[in-house]
Parts: sequence; C-alpha cells; structure tokens
Amino acid sequence: MAEFSLPKNSRMVVGKTWPKPDGADAAKVRTFKIYRWNPDTKENPRIDTYFVDSSKCGPMVLDAIIYIKNEIDQTLTFRRSCREGICGSCAMNIDGANTLACTKGLDEVQGVVRIYPLPHMPVVKDLVPDLTHFYAQHASINPYLDTQTPAPEKEWRQSIEDRKQLDGLYECILCACCSTSCPSYWWNGDRYLGPAALLQSYRWLIDSRDEATGERLDHLEDPFRLYRCHTIMNCAKTCPKGLNPAKAIAEIKKMMVERRV
Amino acid sequence: MADVNRGDRPLSPHLQIYRPQITMVLSILHRITGVALTFSMILLVWWFFAGASSAADFETADAILTSPVGIIVLLSSAFGLTYHTFNGIRHLFWDAGFGYDLDTVTTTGWAVVFGAIAATVILLLIAVA
Repeated sequence: MAEFSLPKNSRMVVGKTWPKPDGADAAKVRTFKIYRWNPDTKENPRIDTYFVDSSKCGPMVLDAIIYIKNEIDQTLTFRRSCREGICGSCAMNIDGANTLACTKGLDEVQGVVRIYPLPHMPVVKDLVPDLTHFYAQHASINPYLDTQTPAPEKEWRQSIEDRKQLDGLYECILCACCSTSCPSYWWNGDRYLGPAALLQSYRWLIDSRDEATGERLDHLEDPFRLYRCHTIMNCAKTCPKGLNPAKAIAEIKKMMVERRV
Repeated sequence: MADVNRGDRPLSPHLQIYRPQITMVLSILHRITGVALTFSMILLVWWFFAGASSAADFETADAILTSPVGIIVLLSSAFGLTYHTFNGIRHLFWDAGFGYDLDTVTTTGWAVVFGAIAATVILLLIAVA
C-alpha cells in the first residue's frame, strides 16, 4: 500500500545556515537549500542553507555544489564524475524535478536552489541514494544480446533501418532520474521495474539481432513488472537526455498484445 | 531482486518536494474523478429510487440535491464525468501507441482540462434552460 508521508526517521528539519560570502555583489549571491543526512549520527535529515557567489563558480548547479564542497563545507557528499551529462552520476532532484546537476544551468532556476537526493530512495549520505535495487532491476531484464545461432565470424550485422530502431533507446545512461520521478515506482518500486529498466528491456526487444524476444516478453508478463505503468509520463518529462521511456513501455505493451493474436 | 539492507537509512522525500507536473497532476485527477464518480452514481440512483417510491421521498431527495451544497456536488460530478471521459479517450490513444511526444502530451492534457470545463458549462446552461 502506498505510503504518502515520510517515515519518522526521514522527516526533514531545518539545518545550519552557513555564513554569507564577504564583500560579494549581493545580486550575484545565490541561495542553496540542500538535503543533508549523516549516517554517523542518529539525527533526522536536515536542510542546510548555503550562499554562493555565482561569479566565483561555473554556470552549472554541479559547479556550485563543487564550490560549496571546496570552499564552504567539505562534508557535503554527492556523486559526480564526467561533468558533461554522459555518466549519470550527479542525478538529483533540483528545483523540484530530477535532472543531472552538470547539465542544469544555475540560470534555469529562479530564486532559491533546492537540492534533494533522487526521490523515494534509501539515502546513503546527503545526496547519495542507494541504487542497489535499481541496478538489480536492470540486471533482471538481461541487458545484453541473447542469441541461439552461432556467432558470425566478424560481427552481428544490422541494416540501417534496423539500427534506427535503437535511436532514442541506446542513449539511456541509467541515471535513474525517470524511475525516481515515477509515482508508480514510488509506491510499487519493489516489484514494478520502473521506466529505466523497461526502456532498457525494449532496447533489446526491438534489436533485430536479439533472439530472446519471447523469453524477454515472458519475463515482463506480470501484473507488476510491466503493467504498473499508468502512462503518468513523469519519466519522459524529467529525462535529462530527452528520451521517452513511456513510449518504449507502450511499445512493449503492444508487443504483448501482438504476440497473442 | 537484490536484498537491499536499508538499515536505519531515511527515505528521501518524494511527494513532499516534487514540483507538481501537469503529467502527474492530470494522472491522479483521472483516478480521483474515477473514484468520485462511483459516489455520484450512488447519489443519482438514490434520486431515481426516491422518485420511484413516493412524492414525499422525491421531495426530500430533490431538496438535498438542489440545495447549494447539492449543486456544488452535482457540478463537480459533471466536471468529473466530462474530464474522466475526455482523458479516457486520451488513454485509449496512448494504449494504441499514439500521442507520446512530450509536446503532444502537454497539449492534449490542457485540451482535456479546458474541454471538460467547457463541457461542464454547457451542461450547466442546459440544466438552467
């Protein structure tokens, strides 16, 4: 059963307000309210307030939180790596929607910049969510080419048209923005695979070289794994790569019907 | 699935902090109107039954349904019915694999909302006339 309020240990309290930078142009100072939780204390999560002189850091939200970590508060914890939207590490909830901190411009956010970890996930520390279950769900759809025929001498060949079927699917970087924006995944994430794993599943279902289409569909024929998608469309709305998981899920549902007639 | 040891880890905030998106708001509105219409249907049946049983029963039921509160309930039901119908058509297109473009989703979403408001007003005008 869906639980709409947060458990007792997860309710947020007002945290520390860090000092404003000295001698900064007030118009250039941006306010950040950031979710903090330290596993070493038994305290509830808190929202800390930071002030960053935006003339001293780069243009993206990631630049600002790296600046905070370097110059203001070294205990602030978050994942980041490529800083160009291809690794998916810095996925977080910024200004009320999930996105990558490295591709979200500070100028895209009006007023206070509010940052939380990806929604409805167990928190490891601060902005770092536990993605174990999310990755296990991805593994469960067998995200690799599955074939029966002997491997060809060189490579598995594909026509240009067949290759085009993978556009809009192969670009997924598994940042988990979509799955953690999905209310259906919030309430049933233990059994519903979620938009990311299902888009990945469709990426193999539609691959002309893959020979396990039937088995893949069998695995998804389940009231929860696939059919908890209610076309809410938050996934497509939030995807930082501009992909459309809802459309991919609809195509899987169509394949389910087509193989029965 | 992997056995995630959550320990005493907190759950990150979700509904509390997610900015309402037109996608999720219209989706939950579809479900709310669907459930609420069940109760509207019971009201309607009660009104019919009262009419079939006696003049006095009908007077009572009619008085309640045409009281200011009753009118508000009926008007909301009219919006619920039209919204649920129009959005249902949107869902049928989705089930057939059409209308998934983000722009299309936003356009059809607003179209359904304004369409339902317009249809409710038309129903109101018919009821008044």
